[in-house]
Amino acid sequence: MKTLFALFGAACLVLTASLANAADKPTDPQIAHIAYTAGVIDVEAARLALSKTTSADVKAFAESMQKDHEAVNDMALALVKKLNVTPEDNATSQALSTAAEEKRAELGKLDGAAFDKAYIDNEVAFHQQVNGALETLLIPSAQNAELKGLLETGLKLFQGHQQHAEHVAAGLK
Amino acid sequence: MTARLLNRRQLLATGAVVLVGNTLARARNGTVHVTIETLAFLPAEIEVKAGETIEWTNKDRFAHTATVEGGWEVLIPPGKVATRIATATDTVEYYCRFHPNMKGRIKVSA
Repeated sequence: MKTLFALFGAACLVLTASLANAADKPTDPQIAHIAYTAGVIDVEAARLALSKTTSADVKAFAESMQKDHEAVNDMALALVKKLNVTPEDNATSQALSTAAEEKRAELGKLDGAAFDKAYIDNEVAFHQQVNGALETLLIPSAQNAELKGLLETGLKLFQGHQQHAEHVAAGLK
Repeated sequence: MTARLLNRRQLLATGAVVLVGNTLARARNGTVHVTIETLAFLPAEIEVKAGETIEWTNKDRFAHTATVEGGWEVLIPPGKVATRIATATDTVEYYCRFHPNMKGRIKVSA
């Protein structure tokens, strides 16, 4: 048990440390990678939800997440191509992916109302986390005006997602 | 604006003036346009008469809705146009169900 706690503590430290490193000054290629990774994570979560849920509201939410995040990631890909920027993997992207894998494994074990609640609660928390990172770190750090503009659109979009998730969560209770 | 219009009225032939006046008053030909761009309804507030058409043009890559809490909903797919004929009771606030931070308001005038 002690080892488990120690492991969990270590995982949290890794996440915090990598976010702290990113706070030093993420470059545009790193920012693009982080934003794209966050989008991919939410699309995968939506796919899992669509394979499991029977709730019409949760289904509509997951469909919207899948379409919106795919659309905004397409826009991001088109932009980095235009700017001739290669997204660069980094500690924050890796920490996000690792945390998401763990969450997916946890959600995968749940079904029915328990799954719906855990998925939507995580969507509220995930969007909150991403929006916080966009506002305080990614948008202020972005050097290229077009990248900054796309991140700002992303922030508006994800703030909408957070509110949508909160509405769905309220309906599940 | 009115003064300028009156000046024009004095200058132009009467029939043409009536037409111009009509166009200005009913500027939108029975259709009120709302553009959706970067997750916003533009303009956010519109005024319509019952029977007129409200037309939303979605320039975003994302699906949106015009949803009235406990009332009607219009789905506006990405890159598409969707409409609703305004009724007398359509003085409402609406939002996008997918992105509730997008808000709009309709006022039905007599």
